[in-house]
Amino acid sequence: MYDIIIIGAGPAGISASLYAKRAGANVLVLYYGESNLDKAEKIENYYGFVDGIDGKSLYENGIEQAKNLGIEVRNEEVLHIEKVEEFTVKTTKGEYKSKSVIISTGNKKLRPNIKGILQFEGKGISYCAICDGFFYRGKNVVVIGNGDFAVSESDDLKNIANNVKILTNGLEMETSSDYEIVTKKIKEIHGEEHVKSIEFEDGEHLEVDGIFIALGKAGGSDFAKKMGVMLEKDNIKVDENMQTNIEGLYSCGDVTGGLLQVCKAAYDGARAGLDAAKNIRRK
Amino acid sequence: MSVLKISEENFEEEVMKSEKTVILDFYADWCGPCKMMSPIIDGVAEELGEEVKVGKVNTDENLELAQKFNIMSIPTIMIFKGGNVVKTFVGVTDKTELINAVK
Repeated sequence: MYDIIIIGAGPAGISASLYAKRAGANVLVLYYGESNLDKAEKIENYYGFVDGIDGKSLYENGIEQAKNLGIEVRNEEVLHIEKVEEFTVKTTKGEYKSKSVIISTGNKKLRPNIKGILQFEGKGISYCAICDGFFYRGKNVVVIGNGDFAVSESDDLKNIANNVKILTNGLEMETSSDYEIVTKKIKEIHGEEHVKSIEFEDGEHLEVDGIFIALGKAGGSDFAKKMGVMLEKDNIKVDENMQTNIEGLYSCGDVTGGLLQVCKAAYDGARAGLDAAKNIRRK
Repeated sequence: MSVLKISEENFEEEVMKSEKTVILDFYADWCGPCKMMSPIIDGVAEELGEEVKVGKVNTDENLELAQKFNIMSIPTIMIFKGGNVVKTFVGVTDKTELINAVK
């Protein structure tokens, strides 16, 4: 059992780990895939770097710094977070338990840019297979996505629904599975009261009763939505200590919105790390 | 005012024939986000007191009601006035947002 599991190893997540560790907490950092910072060519507005620094170095230095302080950092994709008394974080490789979780996964778009998505949310479009699968018993559903996250959502649906297909919306499928995969680009979602069909760009229609969204890798807002964390647009809502509406669940950095800057992420992380560690000590 | 348990049996009487505005939370015990919604609904009931009626519908036990209102995602919160649905919220919804919606 860890005190704190931090998801994401950018400036918010790593800062959180540094402050939490120094406050005496037992910390695990899980990260996977690329970071927005990693892609920044040069950062010239961050304190203390005379000639600026490239995003990749700053990102990698942060991870090294945490490891040097004895913080456990693992490269594993998180699929699911659950809270029953304590937190369980499920990854593609295993399961970890903790007293507190900090989500610092960076910002990610929750909704694909497809005509009709907003209109049919809650009317056939869902972001949580485990919550809403029940209403699609014996029906035909699709999952929009192209990675382990989409497969994991499909697994939650296969025993309930009549048929589950994965639609990648023009992307390559990144993982193997037994599901029927359709890689064509989607043009529009049609329906009246409810979703009825999907129109592809080649003009073909697919009749469906339900559409589950699981784009790319599961991001902070995806976990949050499934747990019942309050969101504002795609951003996680937090209080001044970076805590969400769920006790012990914190979030920091770009996933909470505001300035998408390293300095803001570092501050958020420090706040979250300190408060999470303090609350654990109090118990 | 306390939160009412609404079922297929008392729906007509408590919701459709209600003179007050009714806030209904469609939920299930196994749904994570619904557990987060529950205390918010309790808070709404407490804050609005006698002004409105607040109820919860267990969709597992009342599948017909869920189907009647085309519930496809939970939690779903519906606001009824004079037996008609005037507003629907899908997913965990802020207390202030709900209170503003009935005022």
